[in-house]
Amino acid sequence: MNANEPLDYYQFPDEKGHFGEFGGVFASETLMHCLDELQQAYAWLKRDAGFQHELDHDLAHYVGRPSPLYHAQRLSEENQGAQIWLKREDLNHTGAHKINNTVGQILLAKAMGKNRVIAETGAGQHGVATATVAARLGLECVVYMGEVDIERQAINVYRMKLLGAEVRAVSSGSRTLKDALNEAMRDWVTHVDDTFYIIGTVAGPAPYPEMVRDFNAVIGREARRQFAATVGGLPDALVACVGGGSNAMGLFHAFLNDDNVRIFGVEAAGKGLHTGQHAASIQAGRVGVLHGNRTFVMDDDCGQITETHSISAGLDYPGVGPEHAWLHKTSRATYVGITDEEALQAFHTLTRSEGILPALESSHAVAFGLKLARSMSPDQHVIVNLSGRGDKDVHTIAALEGIDL
Amino acid sequence: MSRLQKRMESLRHTRRKGLIPFITAGFPQPDWTVAAMHQLVASGADVIELGVPFSDPMADGPVIQQASEQAISQGVCLQDVLSMVATFRQQDNDTPVILMGYLNPVERFGHAEFVAAAAIAGVDGVLLVDSPVEESAELLKMLREQDMSQIFLVAPTTDEQRLARILEAASGFVYYVSLKGVTGAANLDTGELAEKMAVIRAHSSLPVAVGFGVADADSAQAVAQQADAVVIGSALVKAMAASQTRDELLSAIDAFLSPVRAALDTLT
Repeated sequence: MNANEPLDYYQFPDEKGHFGEFGGVFASETLMHCLDELQQAYAWLKRDAGFQHELDHDLAHYVGRPSPLYHAQRLSEENQGAQIWLKREDLNHTGAHKINNTVGQILLAKAMGKNRVIAETGAGQHGVATATVAARLGLECVVYMGEVDIERQAINVYRMKLLGAEVRAVSSGSRTLKDALNEAMRDWVTHVDDTFYIIGTVAGPAPYPEMVRDFNAVIGREARRQFAATVGGLPDALVACVGGGSNAMGLFHAFLNDDNVRIFGVEAAGKGLHTGQHAASIQAGRVGVLHGNRTFVMDDDCGQITETHSISAGLDYPGVGPEHAWLHKTSRATYVGITDEEALQAFHTLTRSEGILPALESSHAVAFGLKLARSMSPDQHVIVNLSGRGDKDVHTIAALEGIDL
Repeated sequence: MSRLQKRMESLRHTRRKGLIPFITAGFPQPDWTVAAMHQLVASGADVIELGVPFSDPMADGPVIQQASEQAISQGVCLQDVLSMVATFRQQDNDTPVILMGYLNPVERFGHAEFVAAAAIAGVDGVLLVDSPVEESAELLKMLREQDMSQIFLVAPTTDEQRLARILEAASGFVYYVSLKGVTGAANLDTGELAEKMAVIRAHSSLPVAVGFGVADADSAQAVAQQADAVVIGSALVKAMAASQTRDELLSAIDAFLSPVRAALDTLT
């Protein structure tokens, strides 16, 4: 590659799932065959007109796309900076961007003749999105969830059960999202013949990072079109929160080769990066291997994965999608941190100025979006991905404020 | 010829079935591991597989998960595991030791630094569950330069094209995973095993060890009728779990392993 030529980000991943030094297939031999099978099925289906047509139909009529690109005028004025635009993924069916991916993967599962789907979940949003599409297609669904998360997300657990899914508690390790992912992998390797594993983020072994990105890339494609139609041209900056990073890759992907669009990924700085209690894998982690890919991970000096902290369960993950690691390495995107406290403030600000309750995950993006906009002029434009709605977090917020519902 | 290759050759010459027990380093007590390794040899082990504890053991069942967690909670690090091997080598210079674990502790140690330190400690081979042949080129080269083997798994689902590629990189022995599942699962299928063994043997003259579903003398004997060696892990680790003292641990190891050895020896 010529150093003077701009990098074409659409060349990635390579055929083995690498984004530069990141990504790949770091999986047990017992999984290699089903990953190969999945890779082939996906490579074929993504070019199949019938599959794309069915996917587009479901996105329009079941998910409710396109989601609006909303000009948060009052918020922008009060903030005294650039114009803030919210990509309203919170208005999707089930209330977050997660359904974009599960609608796609369940079609793939059906095409591959699998009659059982499994998933891991942290906050429960991906679990609900998986249980939802499984119910619609009448497939058996098992969702793995850490014991700790089951306790903090009781409503989503009940939603999954109402949808007919079996929620299996995971009591190993830190009993959170990463352990749920381990357990789902163990299930998959034991039931490879009839089971499809619906991973919820742009992590895992290839082809998952690419596939989950592609299913979410509709977010950025729509935003680009909507912005051009309303304002004209391209936005000046994009902002999205990053745990594993699926909503962020979804927004960023359509703009990766547009150098003049600045891109910001917002990691959970928890109680502050200096406290060690956060989930900022890119800013404070090191290159390692977790859950099937090489990326930035949070670990100790022995290479043991450490527990993370964030007020939002959806960002509480000790790794990050390998494409984000690559965008960081190439400096195409900038990764920043927002603390629990800043996210909470942004939650209240958006709720009161626009009448929109953002998820705590998305509140991290809102908080940084406000900061960034203040450093820009009113004739500039920032798109913030509002990846999910905050109804699920009302109990957490009430508890933090000492209110017993 | 490396210590591991010599041992596998000698097993073939003497028509002895190889017994490869797996224990988790540092479980149940870090201080007892070296004594446990010597006991494994005294009770009939030909090669020792020493598990390096990892926080996220995706390919392991509950027994080895819990053993790893317990070892980690006592501070056992890859560096400590290498020290255990070095101490073991002070009294045993013949029994090959394979480290089995996951890639991230090696990433943190540094690949080149790890290979150098493992060679000095007296490690003979490395099995990294989440480092398949496609991602192992660099590590494999470094291990070969130090006369160490990288052991690769072959699964029931591995097709012939992949198998050829794995066998090209493999040395020491091939580790065939006898079931679809995690370590310690109970769905061993000896019928399917026979079929797969024929395919492996058609591609390679390397000895074949079989593991993942071997739980006792009977299953070890059944597997060894077709394999050159058996790996036995979860059931052994489970038998070690209740030991309150070092002596109890050594007795538990012997009580578990000696009957397996005896069962294998009826096949020679």
